[in-house]
Amino acid sequence: MALLTVDNLSVTFTGNNQRPVRAVDGVSFGMDEGEVLGLVGESGCGKSVTSLALMGLLPTRGVEVGGRVHFDGTDVLSLPSRRLRDMRGSQLAMIFQDPLSSLNPVVPIGRQVTETLRRHKGMRGRAARDRAAELLDRVGIPDPARRLTEYPHQLSGGMRQRALIAMAVACAPRLLIADEPTTALDVTIQAQILDLLGELARSEGTSLLMITHDLGVVAGLCDNINVLYAGRVIEVSSRKQLFASPHHPYTAGLLGSVPRLDAPRGEALTPIRGSINDTIDWDDGCAFAPRCDHYTMECLTGTPELVRAGEGHQHRCVNPVNLDPGSAHADRPDPVAEGGNVR
Amino acid sequence: MTLGTDRVNKVDRLAELTARRDGDAEGASLLRETFGRLRRSPMALSGAVIVGAFLFVAVIAPFVAPYEPGAQLWGREVMPNQNVFVGPRAENWFGLDHLGRDQLSRMLVGARNSLLVGVVATLLGFTVGAMLGGVAGAAVSLGRAWGRRLDAVIMRFIDMMLAIPALLIAVSIAAILGPSLPTVMVAVGLAQVPIFARLLRGSMLAQSHSDYVLAATALGVRRPRIVRSHILPNSLGPVIVQATLTLATAIIEAAALSYLGFGNPDPATPDWGAMLADAQRFLVGAPELAMYPAVAIIITALGFTLLGEAMRESLDPKLRK
Repeated sequence: MALLTVDNLSVTFTGNNQRPVRAVDGVSFGMDEGEVLGLVGESGCGKSVTSLALMGLLPTRGVEVGGRVHFDGTDVLSLPSRRLRDMRGSQLAMIFQDPLSSLNPVVPIGRQVTETLRRHKGMRGRAARDRAAELLDRVGIPDPARRLTEYPHQLSGGMRQRALIAMAVACAPRLLIADEPTTALDVTIQAQILDLLGELARSEGTSLLMITHDLGVVAGLCDNINVLYAGRVIEVSSRKQLFASPHHPYTAGLLGSVPRLDAPRGEALTPIRGSINDTIDWDDGCAFAPRCDHYTMECLTGTPELVRAGEGHQHRCVNPVNLDPGSAHADRPDPVAEGGNVR
Repeated sequence: MTLGTDRVNKVDRLAELTARRDGDAEGASLLRETFGRLRRSPMALSGAVIVGAFLFVAVIAPFVAPYEPGAQLWGREVMPNQNVFVGPRAENWFGLDHLGRDQLSRMLVGARNSLLVGVVATLLGFTVGAMLGGVAGAAVSLGRAWGRRLDAVIMRFIDMMLAIPALLIAVSIAAILGPSLPTVMVAVGLAQVPIFARLLRGSMLAQSHSDYVLAATALGVRRPRIVRSHILPNSLGPVIVQATLTLATAIIEAAALSYLGFGNPDPATPDWGAMLADAQRFLVGAPELAMYPAVAIIITALGFTLLGEAMRESLDPKLRK
């Protein structure tokens, strides 16, 4: 049984006298216990809004949330806020993008870590402090006892993110949502944090929903990948298949725009034309069509449906690419099997 | 060989330096760091020296004042209507005022009253304002419908207070309580209430949209606890700075109200504002009588302003060097 089922989730922002903005437009996906799923897309495609909706963290005013989110059999969206607060931190936890602003600058690290323990485990005083030190040690912070008394500004960026991870996993949640956890960090620290997250997910059996715009992040970490565009899932695939033969032109374009170390010298990158535009929706055909090299008139007749194309591989495209093995990108090696990184 | 050992020593020293970490052993809180920076700032130091000196004078005034501030020492010799005054001399360093009272004694005791009014008025404004603003901010941050309504009620009341000129409030209070020092305190304090309330509420609202509040919410921390231990401590900085800066304006405003005659009418308890008002009539004959209280007011206000500005700078991360 799936741990998390997201069914036709939609989020619409309605401002005063403004055209409503559909940030998430019918997103569906499922996650199994212990699965590491990547949610990939460029800025503005609705991935952060999706994660906030899963946690029930969207503001109540000016936002309409539709669809269903089932976590372990309970409907998260219709849960009374008291029950939802009990679930946050103990069952569901989230790590945010910027570790500095996600920590309270005037409260020592220790008190921020023990806060979750106090809230959900009822731990107090010495017991909570010891457990917090254990947690910091677990996420690889050296000298944890002393770090507990320090303030966020005294920690490096990587340490701060580790502290946030410690706070998130303090009560052994079953689902951990990481919203671009490495964006604010430099590259070597990024790799360490990703390793830590992967290792935590494997050893604790925690499901990890990795939200990122960085294909390099999902390449090293995720079992399965959902690609989002303009608020919809456009391709669902295992990591291996996605990198070997992306079916949706957008995914193919994303992969084609990533520089590769083994590319010949002087070869130009192939960018995707234009940029995402929230005034284009999926009502009259494919939202990616204006930027697509493969589009035909068919693309603009009705919303394209998710099409199955092989084991666990779906795409939302009328004119998919790379359908037969051995085409353009089939030579692209599985980044993990190669031990490399597509970055 | 000496060159060689020098180099070895230098390497050792460098190794030691790199091994040492800042803020060793324990965490330094934002507050402690701020005070650390404050101690090194020349602006804060000069402000603190001025304020400290005046506070010291205010405390010891009754013991060091050479004469009773209300006692007429040389009633016959001073003839203000003929422009005959007793200037500074060995027995009276600042001379005598128009009624033959020792100006130095009056200045010293006046410092006590003027500072007291300033401090009490600021405390009053701070307490009431921060309480109103804190309740409003907490009500909104709790995120319930009744919270927003409570906030709307409090803030509309604050807006009403803001709309009434401080002088009008002072005149009304004086009409009710009669002219006295408490009248001036209440009047100046009330005028500051809306500023403190708006400041704390605004700062709390800003903090309640911060990332760490979202992060704490995502970990299931309850709203009241978030308000108490995350939002409130982060919102107090600007309010404390405002309080220091308000001390300066409060002293000036208290002097102004006293000058207009809302202060203590008892000639035995002088304050700088009232002394200024008295001296104004004899500006031609004895301008120095007006200068003493005026300069004292300016210097005190300057001291508090320097201190407040330095505090603002050291609390504001954008201005840190």
